[in-house]
Amino acid sequence: MSTSSGSPESWISSFCSLLGHEYFAEVSEDFIEDDFNLTGLQSQVTMYKEALEMILDVEPEDDEDDEDEEEEDEEDISGDGRDGLAGRHERRHHSRIASDLSVIESSAEMLYGLIHQRYICSRAGIQQMSEKYELSHFGVCPRTNCNQTRTLPVGLSDTPGEDTVKLFCPSCLDVYVPPNSRFQTVDGAFFGRTFGALFLLTFPDYDLTKSGGEQLANLTRTDESLNINGMWARNIAPGLGKGRVYEPKIYGFRVSELARSGPRMQWLRKKPEDITVLDEARHFAEEDGDSDDDDENMNMSGRPVTRRRRAGNARVKRQGQNGSPMATEANGAESEL
Amino acid sequence: MAGMDDFVSDSDSDYTSYWRDWFISSRGNEYYCEIDEDYLTDRFNLTGLNTEVQYYQYALDLITDVFDLDCDDEMRETIEKSARHLYGLIHARYIVTTRGLAKMLEKYKKCDFGKCPRVMCHSHPLLPMGLSDVANQKAVKLYCARCEDIYNPKSTRHSAIDGAYFGTSFHNILFQVYPALVPPKTTERYVPRVYGFKVHAAAALVRWQNKERGEMRRRLRKMEVDSGFAKVDGEDDDEDEEEEDEEEEMMEDAMDHNPAAVVQYRGAGEVATLQ
Ligand SMILES: [Zn+2]
Ligand SMILES: [Zn+2]
Repeated sequence: MSTSSGSPESWISSFCSLLGHEYFAEVSEDFIEDDFNLTGLQSQVTMYKEALEMILDVEPEDDEDDEDEEEEDEEDISGDGRDGLAGRHERRHHSRIASDLSVIESSAEMLYGLIHQRYICSRAGIQQMSEKYELSHFGVCPRTNCNQTRTLPVGLSDTPGEDTVKLFCPSCLDVYVPPNSRFQTVDGAFFGRTFGALFLLTFPDYDLTKSGGEQLANLTRTDESLNINGMWARNIAPGLGKGRVYEPKIYGFRVSELARSGPRMQWLRKKPEDITVLDEARHFAEEDGDSDDDDENMNMSGRPVTRRRRAGNARVKRQGQNGSPMATEANGAESEL
Repeated sequence: MAGMDDFVSDSDSDYTSYWRDWFISSRGNEYYCEIDEDYLTDRFNLTGLNTEVQYYQYALDLITDVFDLDCDDEMRETIEKSARHLYGLIHARYIVTTRGLAKMLEKYKKCDFGKCPRVMCHSHPLLPMGLSDVANQKAVKLYCARCEDIYNPKSTRHSAIDGAYFGTSFHNILFQVYPALVPPKTTERYVPRVYGFKVHAAAALVRWQNKERGEMRRRLRKMEVDSGFAKVDGEDDDEDEEEEDEEEEMMEDAMDHNPAAVVQYRGAGEVATLQ
């Protein structure tokens, strides 16, 4: 693979440097080479093996015995002064017809995206994304009251082809369409539903009130640093609450809630002034009362909190009542997106 | 100036407003509508602006295409700048008149001010607004009537426009004058999840906010005011918003020490458990 002009750019880094691919991390080869991480992807991508080889810049293996011959050809080509990507493509082209190549190319992009979704939720991947986050690679929240809080790329679905990448703002806990149309061709599933929230859980110490223009720092812990529901109080939706809710006014007078055009959405940007109100764990413990036995609601022992209903079919019953077309998924996952 | 009246008099329709035409069609000025000649020539509408703008009379002459001062480029540039500022100040007043509202409404319908970036607003058109009615205080922002929140313009060529050229009231007056245009409100929202689990801190806030919304809707119902929420939410939605999210949640603490434990990929839609 040696060429006259140093080592050619890898498929991965050239993919990540394409216009519109600024949000992608460069998945490490180690991650891709560990079969465990690719479990289940074979069936999701056509020409999987070839796509994987393309991502890893591996020469396609030929079944025939003419491998030696093949290599000689390659040397001839590089000797011609071709280098980099073009040279590599040329070599691939050599053993395949052009239509195959374009199928493999798009399969490789799909496969890379699906691997990426998993990678950015791994220790190495999320670390890499945090470096991009610190450098404001993912842009800032467009909401005025969020003061340019850095956002995170997320998908609203884990299934490719359903929706494009969105930006999650940890300051208002809402999602936005990226400002530039070049991101409107990037599949949201390549980032997935988990990454955004997992990022906040993994890096709880980032000071989320810092704007994209400022150096990102860790929260300075003071005596008042409160941990509520597992998050530092100062980091629970810092863009919401008093002073951060838009108040419609006409000539200085607040528009009444009772007006037809009066405010109806302020709840969406509200937050209790006393954030400990949200500390359901404490309230629950204090109130105690007639807790049902399988309510592990506030288990602090390092397990997911399960807020189970007493009766196993309670949810089903509710669905029957309100007939909402949205509330059909098993855990209600899609009911609020 | 004496001749101005004859100049515009009755030929308004085929009169070409060169300066205003040029101004509102310049790149970066897409948010402005064209102020009527009639409005500009009624001195009553401009009350008090003469002290706000340098070379007020020349600036106004420029805007109304009767500027004929022989001056050097530097002076011309100064007057030009004053004219832009004056136009903005008049604009803030004009867009809350019947004519002005109608013109801005047309632009709103054409999405001239962009679309709400919030995913759940589904590209609802925005309206320009100011956070202050005093010039040189705050840049223009964009109001979404669907989420009732304000956003920064995407483009830097808009983010430098003075918000006072639109003012704090215009967008609210528009919906008061055209109540039928108030978009239906929805409770649709984003809920952060990790492997299908809601994030506990966020979910607790959502529950609290839902309670706030429920209280508001009860208040409105008591006063027999339409809450404006889309009917898809169900008829007696107040009841089901009480406890709509009794489901698995994940505490941040759960992952505090070893996120990697949960990070093992379990497949989309499946629920992860800590080992
Ligand atoms: Zn935000
Ligand atoms: Zn909106």
